[in-house]
Amino acid sequence: MAVEVPFLPRRLPLRGGRLLGRWGGAAWEYAPALVLLAALVGLWELMVQVLDTRPYILPAPSAIWDALIDKGHLLPNHIQATATEAVLGLLAAAGGGVLLAVLIASIPLARRVLYPIIVTSQTVPAIVLAPLLMVWVGIGLESKLIVVALVGFFPIVVSTVDGLASADRDMVALVRSMGASRIEELRHVLIPSAIPGFFAGLKIAAAYSVIGAVIAEWVAAKEGLGIFIIRSQASFRIDQIFVAIAVIALLSIALFVAVHLLARVASPWKYANDQGENGS
Amino acid sequence: MSEAAVAIRGLRHTFPGTRPVEVLDGVDLEAAPGAFVSLVGPSGCGKSTLLQVLAGLLAPDAGEALIEGQSTVGEPGLAAYMPQKDLLLPWRKALGNAVLGAEIAGEPKAEARQHALDLFERFGLAGFEESWPSQLSGGMRQRLALLRTFLVPRHVLLLDEPFGALDAITRREMHQWLQEVWTSDARTVLFVTHDVEEALILSDVAYVMSPRPARMAARFEVDYPRPRRPEIVTEPEFVADKARLLAALDGASTG
Repeated sequence: MAVEVPFLPRRLPLRGGRLLGRWGGAAWEYAPALVLLAALVGLWELMVQVLDTRPYILPAPSAIWDALIDKGHLLPNHIQATATEAVLGLLAAAGGGVLLAVLIASIPLARRVLYPIIVTSQTVPAIVLAPLLMVWVGIGLESKLIVVALVGFFPIVVSTVDGLASADRDMVALVRSMGASRIEELRHVLIPSAIPGFFAGLKIAAAYSVIGAVIAEWVAAKEGLGIFIIRSQASFRIDQIFVAIAVIALLSIALFVAVHLLARVASPWKYANDQGENGS
Repeated sequence: MSEAAVAIRGLRHTFPGTRPVEVLDGVDLEAAPGAFVSLVGPSGCGKSTLLQVLAGLLAPDAGEALIEGQSTVGEPGLAAYMPQKDLLLPWRKALGNAVLGAEIAGEPKAEARQHALDLFERFGLAGFEESWPSQLSGGMRQRLALLRTFLVPRHVLLLDEPFGALDAITRREMHQWLQEVWTSDARTVLFVTHDVEEALILSDVAYVMSPRPARMAARFEVDYPRPRRPEIVTEPEFVADKARLLAALDGASTG
């Protein structure tokens, strides 16, 4: 006997984002991450309270908040110093990275000569390099920029070279058939092809640039979050260290998001078929 | 005697490699100025190679390839070339893609844009000037690629199976439309296809190529009055010509 299967509506997909508009949609998308983060912080608070952990071992989130309120006025100068180093260092990494990538992609000899050196340069830890740079160029802004740039240029070079290499050879042939010069080939086909790759590398570099700046400050600096951490450590203010960690995280995320938005502006064709809500 | 718009004499080419592939074995061809000339041949017979030589992208082993009397060897940019794939630049909107060739040829930007805008309607692209290529349908992309080719300021157009990727219905429309555009334009067209019917509908002259290594197997003058309607394919004269062309194609294949 045939059994009539009743129509069972499946669970409706969560489409809240569509009703909330662009920014509401973004909030909806990241809501789960925020909920998880809040839950972890809550659990942390609870553990510290229940186990009565000493504040110089692990302060409760509430104590960290208090430290922020208490010592917050010291932060703007430090943040400004670190942010300046990170952003300028990132710019230097982007400029140098693109230059090297174009050289490597267009001259086979440059590829053979430069690639091994570039890869080797990444095997020297920044924490080892930073003190040497202090000796060579002093403890000013320059040494920090160099550390940030050295940390950041590698992913930019690698992904920009890949981007240039991924250019459609038929497109290059097409513009060549139109009588284009080498420069025009670069301008019309190779560079636009490399833009998404470049930004993929720049995003990674942006995420690391704040850490790079902090490491450089750690060695020697007058201002910056690295110095703030060292001073907090010296006075056993673990709560202040956590404040610095939170600020570093927020700064890194802000830079990452800024690069992401820049990528959208610079490669609008990649996002032409989005309606806005599902961004990226 | 007026100079041929396209002239090919004794063209030979072999792609080197561990197993060298001989593609062109002494090919001859001539296209009078303003003529629509088709090149019909089996897949992989070297039609595209021939166009690449004329586009200046490939230096042949031997023979001559001339556009308006000038050798194309190592000299790209003498003709407007449309490859098989539409190859629209994804980072340029429709209008930007349309003017690419004109821009590279050194036409002033504003002028090139105006010229292109005037033609968007004729190419069935009105209203899509600011669309990204990824937002266009296959037929529209193909028409945009054709528009880009038309806007290259050259007297000779080299079209490599421009409708190969389209469905039969869109194809028929494109045939009508290409005839109209070409009639008003009076440029020389060298049109590569493996579709015998398409060649007969569009051309003044149809060349049949043999399989690889290619030679010219036959040359047909096609003189039906223009404009040619799609219904022409059912007329007895057309059917007979189609049979002759197919026979030439088959004869070329069996040697």
